[in-house]
Amino acid sequence: MRYKQKRRIKLIIILAIMAFAAFLYFQHGINLGLDLQGGAHIVLQAQPTEEREINDTVMSGIQSVIERRVNQLGLTEPLIQRQGSDRIIVELPAVDSPNEAINTIGRTAMLTFRNSAGEVLMTGEAVKDARADHDQYGRPVIAFTLTDEGSKQFANITRQYIGEKIGIYLDDERLTNPTVQAVIEERGQITGYESIQAAEEDAILIREGALPVPVEVIETRTVGPTLGSISIQKSIKAGLIGLLLVAIYMVFYYRFPGVLAAVILAIYGLILMGTMAGLQATLTLPGIAGLILSIGMAVDANIIIFERIKDELKSGKTLRAAIDSGFKRAYTTIIDANVTTIMTALILAYFTSGTVRGFAVTLGIGIIVSMFTAFFVTRNVIDIFAGSKLLRENKSFGVRKG
Amino acid sequence: MDILGKRKLWYTISTTVIVIGLLFLMINGLNLGIDFNGGTLMEFSFAENVTSEEVRAVLERIEIAEDSKIQQSESAGEHGVIIRAKTLESEEIVTVDNAIREEFQSAEMLRTEMVGPTIGRELRINALLAMIAASIAIVAYISFRFEFRFAVVSIITLMHDVLITLGIFAILGREVNTPFVAALLTIVGYSINDTIVIFDRIRENMKLMHKVPFIKQANTAVVDTLPRSINTSITTLITILAIYFFGGASIQTFMLALFIGMFAGTYSSIFVASPLLVTWQERISK
Repeated sequence: MRYKQKRRIKLIIILAIMAFAAFLYFQHGINLGLDLQGGAHIVLQAQPTEEREINDTVMSGIQSVIERRVNQLGLTEPLIQRQGSDRIIVELPAVDSPNEAINTIGRTAMLTFRNSAGEVLMTGEAVKDARADHDQYGRPVIAFTLTDEGSKQFANITRQYIGEKIGIYLDDERLTNPTVQAVIEERGQITGYESIQAAEEDAILIREGALPVPVEVIETRTVGPTLGSISIQKSIKAGLIGLLLVAIYMVFYYRFPGVLAAVILAIYGLILMGTMAGLQATLTLPGIAGLILSIGMAVDANIIIFERIKDELKSGKTLRAAIDSGFKRAYTTIIDANVTTIMTALILAYFTSGTVRGFAVTLGIGIIVSMFTAFFVTRNVIDIFAGSKLLRENKSFGVRKG
Repeated sequence: MDILGKRKLWYTISTTVIVIGLLFLMINGLNLGIDFNGGTLMEFSFAENVTSEEVRAVLERIEIAEDSKIQQSESAGEHGVIIRAKTLESEEIVTVDNAIREEFQSAEMLRTEMVGPTIGRELRINALLAMIAASIAIVAYISFRFEFRFAVVSIITLMHDVLITLGIFAILGREVNTPFVAALLTIVGYSINDTIVIFDRIRENMKLMHKVPFIKQANTAVVDTLPRSINTSITTLITILAIYFFGGASIQTFMLALFIGMFAGTYSSIFVASPLLVTWQERISK
């Protein structure tokens, strides 16, 4: 009676853990990395100029300009963060034209008004607002408004240069080179655009301001949405085939305990998904490989336990006693073997970034969950079936007579 | 089964494979990809067949990266083309992207990767640091849980597996990128894992069978753990092969590295690690 009660409690605990894992999974879902959902990953490095060196203020300045530019792209959940002393990482999930977005984000976008000798008369800091628009002839233009200070300055400039040309430059690219017809104060137009989209892109850059120093795009990785979904489909298929083959092998080799191992593997998969969702870990393509690999490790823990129980059975112990001492002796092996793998996963996560870090994190989580599954789930599942005929049969655990 | 008695044979096999691999490493070197050397990679897919000459014609027209390596690919299951060029500016990438999509109506950009030379240098340094840090951590842990000689032997075993993987990649000439570094570190973790399971049994036998010579204790441990070693490597290799064949082209190199490394890892934990312990023991007792 006591045994049956204990068994019921164990079963309930396992079911509760499974239910909790399923809840976490459906509640939070799994975060997909950029390589799986498509998107762009950009690393920018600030370049010191003769006037400005890179310090915290400059970096915050760059970050806020980039944040404003990215917000103009209207994406869901873009990520902008500082890395080290002079770098900024930008991640844009599900962006339509990733390469163009990168080009827009990385521009210094210093707007200058220059005379024909190339001298800078006024900079973009005098601009209050800039919008893409059509002029009276229906051509795409940028209509800009100047600040009060800028208006006075521009009035003086246009007065001085009336009848001459003033070039408007974005960085070193000349946008337009009109001849000053009259004194202009508050409003002006930049012509010469082929499309309203091109005008809009530059309008964003002008409106949101220039970066305090130029930045260099030192790394970009973009994945189109097609490749992402192909990768997901393929790796899920590969993972399922792998799992199925492993399950078949386990059943073939260990008989009924092998069936239990296959069930435990499924439970392991569920708990793993729940943990990934609960921790909000990001799943990348190498991460999926890490997950599938940790399945291997989870199977290994079960194999170690089964082999130990088998050894104990061979030495003539009863099934209950063999299970008890088998688990006890398997504990230290599994811990020693997994601690080193966890250490390498941690080190890998520390020294890398991006998708490979995703791999290290998933592998680490996978191993920890697999240890929990081995020590708690496997133990209890075996205990639950210890009284049944299926486990008592001699062929179980692959023990052969004689 | 006497595995440890034939240790000269196992040493010869390992040394031969490693020496051949090292020769290739010295002559050919590794085929380092853009993650290490810097550069640009763009992959497009098309509904119809597009030759590399047609793509090159586009690049020549816009005068960007005319000298890039262009090859057909099939990672998307359709007709794909991969362009490999030196490190390009963001504007140049946009120009190429637009020009290709204008020229071929069905063209779709699958992925673009641009890595500057700084990043490549950092990756090389970080990969080396990660390896060194992992080795130190492993030696410390094994010395603490076992004995120092077990730690030294583990490190030799792990270098054995890494060298074999590097050597075979040098022989095959497969391109290696960041995931290869991750694969190497996973191999390190797995190889240690495998070795420790046997060491654990040797440790146990040293207590239980203290009257018999060390070679006997070690051999019993290796033979007794043999079913586990074989079953574990079979199940792991099955999953790796499944991903290799069905997981798509983008993780094939990663999986190939894991396959070679894990195979070497299983071999070395049985045929290199414990024999080395025995050799060590003999040297001391002489």
